[in-house]
Amino acid sequence: MTIFKSLEELHHMLVNKEISCVELTRSYLDYIDSADSQVKAFLTVTADSALMKAAKVDKKIAGGESLGPLEGLPMAMKDNMCTEGIPTTCGSRILKNFNPPYDATVTERLKAAGAVLLGKLNMDEFAMGSSTENSGFHPTANPWDLERVPGGSSGGSAACVAAREVPFALGSDTGGSIRQPAAFCGVVGLKPTYGAVSRYGLVAFASSLDQIGPLTTNVRDNALVLNAIAGHDPKDSTSVPFVKPDYTQFLENNVKGLKIGIPDEYFASGLNPDVAEVIQKAIRTFESLGAEIERCSLPHTEFAMPAYYIIAPAECSSNLARYDGVRYGYRAEADDMIEMFKKTREKGFGQEVKRRIMLGTYALSSGYYDAYYLKAQKVRTLIKQDFDRAFEKYDVLLSPTAPTTAYKIGEKSDPLAMYMGDVYTIPVNLAGLPAISAPAGFVGGMPVGMQLISKHFEEGTLYKAAYAFEQNTEYHLQMPALLKEVR
Amino acid sequence: MSFTDKYEMVCGVETHVEMATKTKIFCGCSTEFGGEQNTHVCPVCLGLPGVLPVLNKEVVNLAIKAGLALNCEIAEFSKFDRKNYFYPDLTKNYQTSQYDLPICKNGWLDVTVNRANKRIGITRAHMEEDAGKLVHSGETIMTSSSSGVDYNRTGVPLLEIVSEPDMRSIDEVLAYLEQLVQIMDYAGISDCKLEQGSVRFDINVSLRLKGTEQFGIRTETKNLNSFSSVRRCLEYETERQAEALDDGGEIIQETRTWDEGRGMTLSLRSKEEAHDYRYFPEPDLMPLVIDRDWVERIRASLPELPAAKKARLQSHGLSEYDAGVITAARAMAAFFDQALARIDDAKLLANWVMGDLSGLLKTNGRSFEDSPVSPEQLAGMLTLIKKGDISGKIGKNVLEEIYNTGKDPETIIKEKGLVQISDESELGIIVDGILTANEKSVADYQAGKESALGFLVGQVMKATKGQANPGLVNKLLKEKLAQ
Repeated sequence: MTIFKSLEELHHMLVNKEISCVELTRSYLDYIDSADSQVKAFLTVTADSALMKAAKVDKKIAGGESLGPLEGLPMAMKDNMCTEGIPTTCGSRILKNFNPPYDATVTERLKAAGAVLLGKLNMDEFAMGSSTENSGFHPTANPWDLERVPGGSSGGSAACVAAREVPFALGSDTGGSIRQPAAFCGVVGLKPTYGAVSRYGLVAFASSLDQIGPLTTNVRDNALVLNAIAGHDPKDSTSVPFVKPDYTQFLENNVKGLKIGIPDEYFASGLNPDVAEVIQKAIRTFESLGAEIERCSLPHTEFAMPAYYIIAPAECSSNLARYDGVRYGYRAEADDMIEMFKKTREKGFGQEVKRRIMLGTYALSSGYYDAYYLKAQKVRTLIKQDFDRAFEKYDVLLSPTAPTTAYKIGEKSDPLAMYMGDVYTIPVNLAGLPAISAPAGFVGGMPVGMQLISKHFEEGTLYKAAYAFEQNTEYHLQMPALLKEVR
Repeated sequence: MSFTDKYEMVCGVETHVEMATKTKIFCGCSTEFGGEQNTHVCPVCLGLPGVLPVLNKEVVNLAIKAGLALNCEIAEFSKFDRKNYFYPDLTKNYQTSQYDLPICKNGWLDVTVNRANKRIGITRAHMEEDAGKLVHSGETIMTSSSSGVDYNRTGVPLLEIVSEPDMRSIDEVLAYLEQLVQIMDYAGISDCKLEQGSVRFDINVSLRLKGTEQFGIRTETKNLNSFSSVRRCLEYETERQAEALDDGGEIIQETRTWDEGRGMTLSLRSKEEAHDYRYFPEPDLMPLVIDRDWVERIRASLPELPAAKKARLQSHGLSEYDAGVITAARAMAAFFDQALARIDDAKLLANWVMGDLSGLLKTNGRSFEDSPVSPEQLAGMLTLIKKGDISGKIGKNVLEEIYNTGKDPETIIKEKGLVQISDESELGIIVDGILTANEKSVADYQAGKESALGFLVGQVMKATKGQANPGLVNKLLKEKLAQ
């Protein structure tokens, strides 16, 4: 069946006219129809516009024109990236009726690359959460076990790729929101260097931490998607004018001499021993492939979590101030204006969003700024320096992506317990570094992800390491049982 | 006892200047005034979800230029911050502004009040975005059943210039504001159209007993947009505060608004409701690193500013008053300078520029910017007067003729036959005729009645329709009467 193929294979099928783009698109739409009733990854399915786009690609093929590597291939986007005329809700009831009048830069770039948008994906409201249970609409299920969470906040993106509802999806990562769900769902998720992919049109959660990245079933697909979306954007002042390489050139099955650091702090208490075992095995695999492994230390790691939970809510409290029910989105009925604002926010925002707005407002308020926000920024500098020192010695750092595998829906009701799930991913966002999560094994039938971290703009090194691992293991080839049933 | 005997006022002003860029501070929308409502808007200045600001470099150029003109230090490292508050005309519910690292600080302005010089400190000047405009269905927000918002002004770049509380009289405040606006106009920072709200003042004022050091409790009156409003507001507010203090009451630190119609200030919000703006660095914009070459290039491009221009005009022999009047308006000063390049008589030129030409423009509702008489034409006409080709009186007619027809002065006097009669033999014949016809006056003069000479001069001028050279007429008459 077509839906289990890689982007490269699908591309060749189109070019060789083994399948038309309309047929390909329709087969994915049909599959979404049957599978998504269980996974619930999609918030919006854009069948009509997808088929129209596919027909255009078919015309191109019929005309003998050559196709770009993503042209005619199906994909979906997390619902916090603006798509002109297509609902962009950010997983929040407050933006339920919001149809942006413009495209995000990543949307524009994927359109230009000819990819076919099949729909918008579920997420924790405003990207706040680690399980996609905080969606304002419904939770998404983990395709490996429908009673478990897919992770978050890009849970919809990870789940739909894991369930092969699309070959690739975009997610966003503020504190681990691409990597943690990628680990929980057994797919490849990359959080690029801050500034490598434009944030223009990404509905902001925490501006200094947010970054868009691809989720795919294998490393090569991931590199192909990054090729399409990375690069400088004059519409985003924090976007960096760097020379974008062809990321597929790094995909060689060779890690001989690659220096890999294993940070002690990422293997401390809180790490599930079975997950630790899987990661130790992955380390041994790298060793057997000729990589040089060494233990190292990132001494300020324990302060990353508290610093993150000051900085991210502070920025969110400001970024979310615009949602007042006046100009777009949901509006509550009330007798006067102030009541209307209050009710709109009371009903439009969920618990977690309100909690973080309160936290951030408090942390920024006069008298507390120095004690919280300023101190958190200082911690952030120390964490960056930890990494700088480590990268003087190592090409990549390797750690678990998350301390556990996916837990049951409703299992973690304490927000603090949920926050701990991002303990290994958050430092990367604070430092603006690129990191990838790739399938590393299974515990009790649930996927385990390993995280690889590299220097700024060294995504190529991550792809190189992850690709070599992938070529020498078979975890990425395993598929959820759900698919067999549907099939 | 009036309050001025008992109290001294302490005043500082925050001035918001709309900078004269073509596009907004963080997007490419037009800043033009008066467009149809909500036509100069895009997702960025509307603050739609997902948009990001991109700083307009021209705004930084103008801010540096303004800072240099106000003798400020220009920061080497500056940044933008978010000022979080809830306003209906600001879509993002925060304003992107500058907080602890403004682009300009520690400047000053010298003003002259009652012949005394006074230096007013400038604490800082920073860049920020303007908000939109509320359009009420009724007279005021309180009496309206609905209000709309026009976002055309949202994102127009502002420079907020904060003075030290150095001003001690209403005259000092006005001198500072007039000088400030003049400089912004000269340096091309702003079009300075006060009536369109492109310059707005927030007035902070308090009173203290004369001779004491401690500042009193101040009030801030927001959004005044004319010098006369500032004067009336300060008159009202100082009187109000003096009365309250005299009655043993206390001044509440609060924000007030000026009611132009009723001529009074009204309380807007008190300190208890004061906003906590929760400033933090704007994460969507990179910090500004301003290299010194950039600053020096801008310094080199600064035009001559009013104070320097005034001093230069005085060095050309103009009185302080005349030099002040001419430099007060940039267009008049520019006109004057262009004419001065063609005629080396500043005093004569000043008289005509401030007198006849100003009058002519004013009568016709025009300004020096679109004067139909060019500086070259005025200088040309004055040269003719100096050469003695025409009299000053004829000059007035010639000026009007230039104004109406646009023709050059030489052409006009040729066409109209207005050339002065300076030919001695030609004038001699006319003088002889007048002497013959006015025997009584001749006798009077010779009997010692000096005023008779004036009458005879007048008769000659009348006979020549004013074209006779008055000096020559005088000389010839005296000679002939002495015979």
